[in-house]
Amino acid sequence: MQLQLNGKAAFAYTAAHEIDPAKRTIVFVHGAGLDHSWWGLQSRYFGYHGFNVLALDLPAHGRSAGPALSSVGEMADWVKKILDEKKINSAVLVGHSMGALIALEFAARYPAVAERIALIGVAYPMKVSDAFLDAAKRNDQSAYDMETIWGHAPQVPFAGNPNPGMWMYGDTLARLGRLAPGVLHADLVACNAYAGGMEAAAKLKCPVQFVLGARDMMTPPRGAEELIKNIGNSKNVRVATSGHSLMAEAPDATLDALIEFLS
Amino acid sequence: MAGPKYPGFDTLALHAGHSPDATTGARAVPIYQTTSYVFRDSAHAASLFNMERAGHVYSRISNPTVAVLEERMAALEGGVGAIATASGQAALHLAIATLMDAGSHIVASSALYGGSHNLLGYTLKRFGIDTTFIQPRDLQGWKKSIKGNTRLLFGETLGNPGLDVLDIPEVSKIAHEAGLPLLVDATFTTPWLMKPFELGADLLYHSATKFLGGHGIAIGGVLVDSGRFDWEKSGKFAQLTAPYAGFHNMDFEEESGTRAFLLRARREGLRDFGACMAPMTAFHILQGIETLHLRMPRHVESTRKVVGFLEKHSAVQSVMFPELESHPDHKLAKQLLPRGCGAVFSFDIKGGREAGRKFIEALRVFSHLANVGDAKSLVIHPATTTHYRMSDEDLKKAGIGPGTVRLSIGLEDADDLVQDLERALAVASRAK
Repeated sequence: MQLQLNGKAAFAYTAAHEIDPAKRTIVFVHGAGLDHSWWGLQSRYFGYHGFNVLALDLPAHGRSAGPALSSVGEMADWVKKILDEKKINSAVLVGHSMGALIALEFAARYPAVAERIALIGVAYPMKVSDAFLDAAKRNDQSAYDMETIWGHAPQVPFAGNPNPGMWMYGDTLARLGRLAPGVLHADLVACNAYAGGMEAAAKLKCPVQFVLGARDMMTPPRGAEELIKNIGNSKNVRVATSGHSLMAEAPDATLDALIEFLS
Repeated sequence: MAGPKYPGFDTLALHAGHSPDATTGARAVPIYQTTSYVFRDSAHAASLFNMERAGHVYSRISNPTVAVLEERMAALEGGVGAIATASGQAALHLAIATLMDAGSHIVASSALYGGSHNLLGYTLKRFGIDTTFIQPRDLQGWKKSIKGNTRLLFGETLGNPGLDVLDIPEVSKIAHEAGLPLLVDATFTTPWLMKPFELGADLLYHSATKFLGGHGIAIGGVLVDSGRFDWEKSGKFAQLTAPYAGFHNMDFEEESGTRAFLLRARREGLRDFGACMAPMTAFHILQGIETLHLRMPRHVESTRKVVGFLEKHSAVQSVMFPELESHPDHKLAKQLLPRGCGAVFSFDIKGGREAGRKFIEALRVFSHLANVGDAKSLVIHPATTTHYRMSDEDLKKAGIGPGTVRLSIGLEDADDLVQDLERALAVASRAK
């Protein structure tokens, strides 16, 4: 679905369905440097199982026009504007990595809209190393390599992709290769600078679910422990075999966790 | 701080896409000799069919053994994924059928394997897809031949049989300026000698029958996508960017971004044309790939010895090998193929057709047959075999003469190969 927001193109994948006001809505928010298609299997499932689906391309990602937004707060507000545009006043937010921070901040800022949130592959604080930030700032290939290698479990190169015939490293690199210069850096800066996590956690009024990969090198599960503790009553799923890219590495486990959370 | 490193080529050749079987602990890739896969329940079945869950349904579409080969080849080439096919020709057909309808046009190198020339020049014409053939070094020709309905530029990394080196950086630039992808047949080079995606190609395929397998026991092909061509931005590929009634109104690019081409190729191409690879074949090809990085250097080393011998022999008119300064693409080969120019090359024997016949029949170690890239050394006379359907004019354009002999250098003792050639050349010389 192509939208116009403040005169700029914005895109949301809807699984080829029109928005139906009678249905619950799920908003999928991708992580740094990625796009809506990262949610391919999960977003399609819910679109064909009675939900409105909006798998977003954040500004400067996928089919949405730039420039990239510079903070998690701005991104949360942008998501709200998309919902306003489509006259959606209640939604489940499912976010991955940076998208999880956006979902968290969204739920704190707009508690009446956030029906529940699922935080996948998240850590707080989401600190990014200087080397990674510096490489991204220079638009150096090594930044894309870091995102690719750290973004998957160590065994990924030597394990079969659940999606037959696909090579996860190659797919991630190809996606990152389509980004305009500076976009990955802007995303990483936003993650690194986000300092409102605990404050947002204290304001949450909706059910929360964590889905974490036990082999995550980008946001190891221990990085979510404080957040989980502060939120208190949350559902927590840990996927033993997965790294950071849970939707691709463990698509069924991720989908099943979401199905259970939303049922 | 040093960044993380990808596994090296040799490691990927042995391990990419497969870990020991979780149930049995089997270290080798198991041969999943099954047509189909039991669904957990009806909901699971429906989700697999509607692409809401990943997995296997029917081995024409995907198979766990074949998937290991596909993933391994994508890893070695640096692509997003791959589809293994019944043959190299099936891979070429799958690429074209995924991107084109009747009324489309291809610009292709004239230096192609005879079977590819037949497909483009004759067979596809019957289905409304036309091809303009261009001498691969004619960069202006590539550019000028692009028309409004052109959908693909296509060539071989090393042309058959004259070993014309495709200037992938320049030809891909021409393709991309026109919003078109470049497809290359990388059979002769394998990912060990060249990485076409790093040079600018968008799609590639192999006849896996050749060096990838290396044993001459299995026919197969592999089509690999770089995932870097932006079909949406091009605006010329409604097959990938508009809802398709043949697959639940799916817009493949919107659905899967970088995976759009392979998604349609698998879900439509394998479903409807059905030229899939058998699991046993995938297993055979995988055995070859595990030693590709050991075999290719030996192929190249022995080829250099044989070329050096032939180049100086009085019965040999000329040798066509890009590592020789006499080859028109010598400079380009040094740039694009620093590890070597493979193990398949041609030479012209003095005395024309009859001398060629005598020569081939006198060989004892080389096998006279229609294949290349085997561990065993092979020989053929293109004008009467692989390229026999081509007119004299087309043969000339492809760099083939009546006395042209094509050799594929195997892994035998190189001295034995030289001795075999020396004896056969002596016999051929006596025939004049």
